[in-house]
Amino acid sequence: MKQVIKGNHAVSHGVRLCRVKVISAYPITPQTTIVEELSEMCASGELDAEFIKVESEHSAMAACVGSSSAGVRSFTATSSHGLLLMHEVLHWAAGARLPIVLANVNRAVGPGWNIGADQTDSVSQRDTGWIQFYCESNQEVLDSVIMAYKLAETIMLPVMLSYDAFFLSHTSEIVDVPDIEAVCDFLPPYQPKLKLDFSDPRMFGGITSSEYYYEGRYVMHRDGLQALEYYPQVCRDFEAVFGRAYDLLEAYRTDDAEVIMVTAGTLTSVSRIAVDHLRQRGKKVGLMKIRMFRPVPVHGWAQILGQAPKVVVVDRNLTASVGGVFAAEVQAALYPLECRPVVFPVIAGLGGRDVTPADIEGVLDYALGHEKPKDVPLFWGLKQ
Amino acid sequence: MQKTFNIPRELMTETELLQPGMLSCQGCAAAVAMKLALKGLGERTVVVFPACCWSIIVGVYPYSALKVPVLHVPFETGAVAAAGVRAGFNARQEKDVVVMAWAGDGGTFDIGLQALSGAAERNDDIVYVCYDNEAYMNTGIQRSSATPVGAWTTTTPAGAVKQEPKKDMEKIMQGHDIPYIATGTVAYPDDLVRKFQKARNIRGTRFIHLLAPCPPGWRIEPGHSIRVARMATQAKVFPLYEIENGEVMVTVVPEREIPVKAYLEAQGRFRQMPEAMVDALQKQTDRKWEDLLKQVKNSGT
Repeated sequence: MKQVIKGNHAVSHGVRLCRVKVISAYPITPQTTIVEELSEMCASGELDAEFIKVESEHSAMAACVGSSSAGVRSFTATSSHGLLLMHEVLHWAAGARLPIVLANVNRAVGPGWNIGADQTDSVSQRDTGWIQFYCESNQEVLDSVIMAYKLAETIMLPVMLSYDAFFLSHTSEIVDVPDIEAVCDFLPPYQPKLKLDFSDPRMFGGITSSEYYYEGRYVMHRDGLQALEYYPQVCRDFEAVFGRAYDLLEAYRTDDAEVIMVTAGTLTSVSRIAVDHLRQRGKKVGLMKIRMFRPVPVHGWAQILGQAPKVVVVDRNLTASVGGVFAAEVQAALYPLECRPVVFPVIAGLGGRDVTPADIEGVLDYALGHEKPKDVPLFWGLKQ
Repeated sequence: MQKTFNIPRELMTETELLQPGMLSCQGCAAAVAMKLALKGLGERTVVVFPACCWSIIVGVYPYSALKVPVLHVPFETGAVAAAGVRAGFNARQEKDVVVMAWAGDGGTFDIGLQALSGAAERNDDIVYVCYDNEAYMNTGIQRSSATPVGAWTTTTPAGAVKQEPKKDMEKIMQGHDIPYIATGTVAYPDDLVRKFQKARNIRGTRFIHLLAPCPPGWRIEPGHSIRVARMATQAKVFPLYEIENGEVMVTVVPEREIPVKAYLEAQGRFRQMPEAMVDALQKQTDRKWEDLLKQVKNSGT
């Protein structure tokens, strides 16, 4: 049924449709309305879940580690400092191979306090072993919750889906909310092979010597990479039932492009408009949207971006004194190519500063007009 | 003369849930305590370990010394991870299962205090046990906020023994109005097993504080840990009592009373403790004991 809902409520509906059994969360702007809605769903009986209202995000993830180890579908949501506080337990959840799903509203990190859109929070978690998706519409957010559980419970790794503060979290869009029966068919109840159980009492997560630890980490790495193989299947199955598809990445008007722009999150929607404008003016520009960022679909990225002489990566995140994280990852993916495009790393829109189609056109024009970037990274729209 | 203890059979499981091959040091009171705790709680118990000595004692992968399901979790998450396990078993409609968090004093008094307070405020249905060996023993005897005044540790070395009194964990837990709080030691096993058995049948957050002498950390002979635990109660440094729904009751009246000094002198870790500090600790111990008796009186028990 089509409804006009905000991005945060799209998450809540996704969680309801997935019949999550344990929710554990702590309030933080701009995530809070996800769990407010979930609290109401639990109170009304629409969702039959245990809701643990913890005293911190660190505890939110630790509670999920406990409940997921008991073999039940578990969920939490957070943002910014909350995600950073979880960091230790994010590593633990992935290492313990628990298929927890986390919705993260991308928000800037202090100081100064800022609640605007910024992806520094989630890109900082790129080494935790979590699968990461970035979403650009409320529909994609809802659908991603369902696909995330399907993927997580198959490869036994947790999945984080991220979307921009306010541009999605608090913006209403038309969303087709699937029927629960269809979701039940697509995503049956979670039945793990191993869990805390008295018929087969086991110990999880104890001291592991180097005899075993190394192989354990290798297996986690290998299974994480399987996301690249398995996700396209999830995507096709999802499309067959719900009529919508979201690939590992999306290439938009890239075929003959001289410059391909790379974006994640709502910057993608803005860039699509800018690409259309420039194409109307006869400029050969295209766009690649990052959807899955962990693992990196290296071959897919290289295949799309390797066609163009120039690539512009716009990062709404910053590793201070280095640059944008997506740019670094794109450069790493392109490095094995014999003929590598010139990469223009660009930083834009930190702390929720608006990035308009005109900004993106400006960035693309800059790349079209220069053989190489003058500044690495280029801080677009920086006030002097 | 050695007193024998009579543990009523109906309070105990027939099965030994702690198996041979566990890795504790000789004379580790925390190892004996686990054996007794599981006798009180029974076979349908899940054990959650934050980082502590027991992370090692229980065994190295792929072995476990416990016959019940075990989950290891990060240092500061014992209480809340147990609450998560509880929620999971509730969702599985297995509400009879006991979920026990088993943490050291570092994981309780220090780094795990926030998560414990959160679980207690929500009255999460868990048994939280702190086996208190009064320092970070697993990492090599560093002071914690459970380390008593006057004690030597590797971070309160000779000439600079701990100046601050031990944190009063029972008072903190009392402030949360949870249904059950108890203290116990392996020197009084009948009392200890009875408390776990009682805790099993109460719903909500149950907090059990065990004093667990540590031969290497306390500088005592492995054969003396039970004796020293008994002395702690005899000296009223660690009285044995329980608080059930706010009602305070002393559960063990020691067969003899000894001065605090005698308890301190039985351990190498207090060798550097200045005389004035010993006197001050005696006064503090007396005051706390009087306070406890007042609470008992006010409870009308």
